[in-house]
Amino acid sequence: MTMAWIWGALMIISTVFGVISGNAHELGTAALDGAKAAVELCIGIGGVTCLWTGVMEIFEKSGVMAKIARFLKPVISRLFPGKISDKASKAISANISANLLGLGNAATPLGIAAARELADGDTATDSLCMLVVLNTASIQLIPTTAAALRSAYDAQTPFEIIPAVWFTSILSVTAGVIAAMVFRKLWKR
Amino acid sequence: MTALIIPIILCLAAGVGLWKKVDIYDSLVTGAKNGMTVMARIFPALVVLLPAVYMFRASGAADALAKLFSPVFSFLGIPAETAPLVFLRPISGSGATAVAGELMDSFGADSLIGRTVSIMLGSTETTFYVIAVYFGAAGVKKARYAVPAALVADIVGFMAASLAARVFF
Repeated sequence: MTMAWIWGALMIISTVFGVISGNAHELGTAALDGAKAAVELCIGIGGVTCLWTGVMEIFEKSGVMAKIARFLKPVISRLFPGKISDKASKAISANISANLLGLGNAATPLGIAAARELADGDTATDSLCMLVVLNTASIQLIPTTAAALRSAYDAQTPFEIIPAVWFTSILSVTAGVIAAMVFRKLWKR
Repeated sequence: MTALIIPIILCLAAGVGLWKKVDIYDSLVTGAKNGMTVMARIFPALVVLLPAVYMFRASGAADALAKLFSPVFSFLGIPAETAPLVFLRPISGSGATAVAGELMDSFGADSLIGRTVSIMLGSTETTFYVIAVYFGAAGVKKARYAVPAALVADIVGFMAASLAARVFF
């Protein structure tokens, strides 16, 4: 329902604001332009998106994803409070590794499996909160959608943002992990 | 340096795949087909979202929103023009794609705003959606500190993206 309210609010705010500020005559054209731009956008990003999901499929099939997961497992287990089962830490590592490669379709079921393993009743456990933080902070080696959008809007080198994205992701995930560790101490169960 | 990233990754995929005796052509086609499914899923969302986002810009409301929040945003070092993306990013993935596209269209993909927006989009996630899916599947009703902790990560991500867009280029 959230998106319903957002869409409705955008319509009403834009129309009221447009009438007040004297931009009303541009609203109709803007709506039609937007619909046209959506089709162009999908064609613009579709090619790059499909090429990368194809390339990432090779990395999954050739065992690169599994190898990254094995490498990550000791590091990840340390981030979680207390002892977590081997099954859980395997699912979490596979989930993070799929996220790294941008395999969204593979990451979600693995994350859900991990979440079920870490859950304990209807209140979020500390380890479940950590799993969510690691997933919402999104560490992605190749930011496909962002790069595809840049190429659709004629960027000179669409993938030049990669180092900046890595830098940003590392800072953001670190902040999330630290926040989770601090809140863990403050929040009562 | 970054110019070679794509060819290197493509060669790496081909090399690793062939070495592990994977039918790389078949994998590419299967993967691309999965990409088509993703595109088919976001296409209807973009078609209804972009008119709303374009109207928001044309009415002048986008500029007003930027002006309204510019004290807070400049305090955090985030360009105020990115306000629509910052607010929509944690809630909707296709919404964020639509807004980021519109911002690149208005300001240019290689402008400071365009780069900031691309870095933000590439380094953050649809926070509330992820929380809803994972907690829903695990039957968790009380989220405790998951939302504030995830939002701390998002805000730091937006600030770092703004910094990176200025420093890295």
